[in-house]
Amino acid sequence: MDYGKLGLKAGIEIHQQLDTAEKLFCRCPTCLRDVSERTGEFYRYLRATESELGEIDRAAREEMKLVRKFRYYTYDTVCLAEHDEEPPSPMNPEALEVCLTIAKMLDMTPVEQVHTMRKLVIDGSNTSGFQRTALVALSGALPGGCRVETICLEEEAAQRVEDETFSLDRLGIPLVEITTAPCMRTPEAVQEVAGHIGMILRSTGRVKRGLGTIRQDINVSIADGARVEIKGVQELDLIAEVVRREVERQVNLVEIRDELRARSARVDHTVVDVTALFAETKSAILKKAKAVLAVRLCGFAGLVGREIQPGRRLGSEMSDYAKKCGVGGIFHTDELPAYGVTAEEVARLREFVRAAENDCVVIVAAGRERAGCAAEQVMIRAEMALSGVPEETRKMLEEGSSAYMRPLPGAARMYPETDVFTVAIDGGLWERIVIPELLTARAERFVREFGLDEGLARQVAFSERLPLFEKAVAAGVRPNLAARTLLATCRELARDGVDVGRVSEEEILALLSAVEGGRAAKEAIPDLLTELAKTAGDAGEPGVRVDAAIEKMGPAVSQADVEAIVRRIVAEREAFAREKGMGALGPLMGVVMQELRGSVDGKVISETLRRELQRLLS
Amino acid sequence: MERLETGDLVRYTNGGTALTGTYIAERDGMAVVKLESGYNIGASPEKIEFVERPAPQPPAGAGVVVQNPDLPELAVISTGGTIASRVDYRSGAVMSQFSASDILRAIPELGDVARYRDRQIASILSENMKPALWRELARAVYDEIRTGVTGVIVTHGTDTMAYSAAAVRFMLKTPVPIVFVGSQRSADRPSSDNAMNTLCSAAVAAGDLGEVAVVMHATTNDDRCAIHRATRVRKMHTSRRDSFQSMGMEPLGYVDYPSLSVTLSDEAVRRGAQEPELHDALEERCALLHFYPGMPASVLDVFEGYAGLVISGTGLGHVATDWVPKVREMIEDGTTVVMTSQCLHGRVCDRVYNTGRDLLAAGVVEGEDMLPEAALVKLMWVLGNERDPERAKTLIETDLAGEIRRRSIP
Repeated sequence: MDYGKLGLKAGIEIHQQLDTAEKLFCRCPTCLRDVSERTGEFYRYLRATESELGEIDRAAREEMKLVRKFRYYTYDTVCLAEHDEEPPSPMNPEALEVCLTIAKMLDMTPVEQVHTMRKLVIDGSNTSGFQRTALVALSGALPGGCRVETICLEEEAAQRVEDETFSLDRLGIPLVEITTAPCMRTPEAVQEVAGHIGMILRSTGRVKRGLGTIRQDINVSIADGARVEIKGVQELDLIAEVVRREVERQVNLVEIRDELRARSARVDHTVVDVTALFAETKSAILKKAKAVLAVRLCGFAGLVGREIQPGRRLGSEMSDYAKKCGVGGIFHTDELPAYGVTAEEVARLREFVRAAENDCVVIVAAGRERAGCAAEQVMIRAEMALSGVPEETRKMLEEGSSAYMRPLPGAARMYPETDVFTVAIDGGLWERIVIPELLTARAERFVREFGLDEGLARQVAFSERLPLFEKAVAAGVRPNLAARTLLATCRELARDGVDVGRVSEEEILALLSAVEGGRAAKEAIPDLLTELAKTAGDAGEPGVRVDAAIEKMGPAVSQADVEAIVRRIVAEREAFAREKGMGALGPLMGVVMQELRGSVDGKVISETLRRELQRLLS
Repeated sequence: MERLETGDLVRYTNGGTALTGTYIAERDGMAVVKLESGYNIGASPEKIEFVERPAPQPPAGAGVVVQNPDLPELAVISTGGTIASRVDYRSGAVMSQFSASDILRAIPELGDVARYRDRQIASILSENMKPALWRELARAVYDEIRTGVTGVIVTHGTDTMAYSAAAVRFMLKTPVPIVFVGSQRSADRPSSDNAMNTLCSAAVAAGDLGEVAVVMHATTNDDRCAIHRATRVRKMHTSRRDSFQSMGMEPLGYVDYPSLSVTLSDEAVRRGAQEPELHDALEERCALLHFYPGMPASVLDVFEGYAGLVISGTGLGHVATDWVPKVREMIEDGTTVVMTSQCLHGRVCDRVYNTGRDLLAAGVVEGEDMLPEAALVKLMWVLGNERDPERAKTLIETDLAGEIRRRSIP
């Protein structure tokens, strides 16, 4: 596709959890819990309210179509604030400082006074029905000339457990939201910018790591399409694909629009009750439904079933809208007969609603009220098809396609959080913010100072183990040994099913120090880590546990012992040694190593062996 | 440049940034500007530049509330409080400025329960309540009963709702339910308890009860409201939805939500058990004093000339021994002194320890198991209606409005 010609404009919003000690508006820790650890649950209803401007936000109104009861799991690490049973504490200064640090790294200008707002969110993910959010800084720069528009500090929402059940542990964790201008012109550029911002965030060393701690929302439009926001892209590598697929969707919707216009298509606004037609149907869904309603889309035949994105048709979009009324989905004549509906039934249906050959008929089956609501939604979405691409918030599906979530929220969903005082960002506070070294700069420094090769240096710098690596190096461990142990060795062990994650950082540090102190061989590290992982959770100081593991895996061997063993092995294979000369070093090395089972550093063995061979051959 | 007004379009320039937004107000020397994204920020006034004043928008149509004439009629008397709160965009604080009709508009399901006539007697936060307003409220409720309404709902701030409810209970005999309701979360938020509490209160007001009650969340869930007797209810938590508790007794009943089905206990007074009567005299020269260790007896000088004093004493009903002469003096000078307990749970007994016996000898009246606030309101009402000190003492010791339990149930 020629993205330039299509007029692609894309921007991203990056949401990153901060690794602060306490939550943004209460004093709870920012730790996630397993749902099995919950200490109780409660449930609530939410209803949309009139905002400051006297209007109900359209996104909130959309959610209101369903009357839903929300259930919340609570823990001993959450308080009344997450329960929406207590006013918020003042804004967490640590979170504000991290946010300002990121703002400064992005060359932004802080606002003079931060006002906390309430953003209406009534999908249940916030017990209050709103998310607290504050605009902290404006207008920053990115490489390649793209601009960051804003950075906001906001509360993380509760995690959805399933359907209408949410877990309160995540609610209130501080989050920064970085919004770029719609300044990217290719799918790859979007992915690059996301990668760059992610690197900046991790450079602070004060953001959460791991799946779900960073999420990207992507804004995409083409010249003839509309602005669409795709939420919840968690993997960086999928970003470009998401953009590509959205452009494809918009291009196809525009084509469908043109085709519909050429056919003078229209939506017949009479909903027809066709329940009686399906009284004897073999389709279980239609048979058990209290009401089956039909909508006639004149001139839509063939287009409702047309694919607009891998796995998605115009009919899928209509179905998404209908689902807002609580129905399971829709049937349309572009895909029938199927699902137990016979050709004869389709013919009768078409005849009953007086459908011409060029018409598509959509049917919905549910309780009378829900079916009516769903039929209405199908007509609304069909009308939108006549004007092209609707502005929407969508959610990403697996592999990068997307489904409709709700209309784009308007400014009406924001009103002031009156329970939180404003915070002034005076010059002093801003001046005192220290910009941390970028991870890219750190990788370069590791090459320069530690002599690590470039690939390894970058891996270490971007790894979650970076703080441990730096601690180990500061404690006198050779950088190469530290880096290889933390990355390669741990990864290989994990691949072999060893739960290395259970070995504490202190133990890894003690182990590396033992190797550097000559108390264990470098070759023994995998065995020792395996042993420590196996016994993880047992009592004992890290140093003591490491010593015990060394003792168990192989008692300490003195230099004299090594020399004796080496001398014996060389003596036993004297003929071989004389024949190969120094070339016997390699094969004999293997024999000695096997005997010592990794309890002695390979370098020590090889030097001893070399000396012994030279003595024999001289 | 002309003075900025709320709603003016302005340009905000800071560093390299220039944005347009809407001017909201000036606060603490900073201009509050709503940016197009909906975010507010605070900006130095010199960084704000007037762009234009948009033509005033016609106010959004309030929408007519169509009421079902076949349903029973309830009176909604509004006094203010969180249940009627809105954000004031000038000060940023939550203000009380909803009329009763606005509440009906905000909670359309109320229309399925009853039809409503509304009446606003105040628009205040409940810490600003006064005995004079209690009397006005009692008269308003009485008037509504006389017009034949099926029940009365009083919307009220929660902080002092128990005082007002008790006051109305003492001043008024009622054949119909009089239901006090409030909310702990402001009405502007989607999670507000106002809708459920109000719907439950309407169900009670249209139902079979025949006394003054407080109807509020029974649990932290949106599952049911409890119906509390006006003279035995207390706000026991600063912020939880279920902060109202019946003290020393079970609630009079419950309302399930969302079904709005009401169940009443055997003890609840039923509709039509009394004829309407209003006795709205109150002796306002009464006070409530919370005793603490070391509190000097000279504090009592402040209450010289008062008609009545309720002491919230320690444990079984005590103050320091060195208070006794002063208390005796006050009583001799004509002040009725009633002893209650800051334990809140349990009954006063001044016959166990010497201090208590000395207080009784000085003429202190034991407040039985009355809540200190209910005792204060009762004292005002008794002294307003009974001049004879001995008969007043007897009335104080007698259960008049469900405020005293004859037996302490374990």
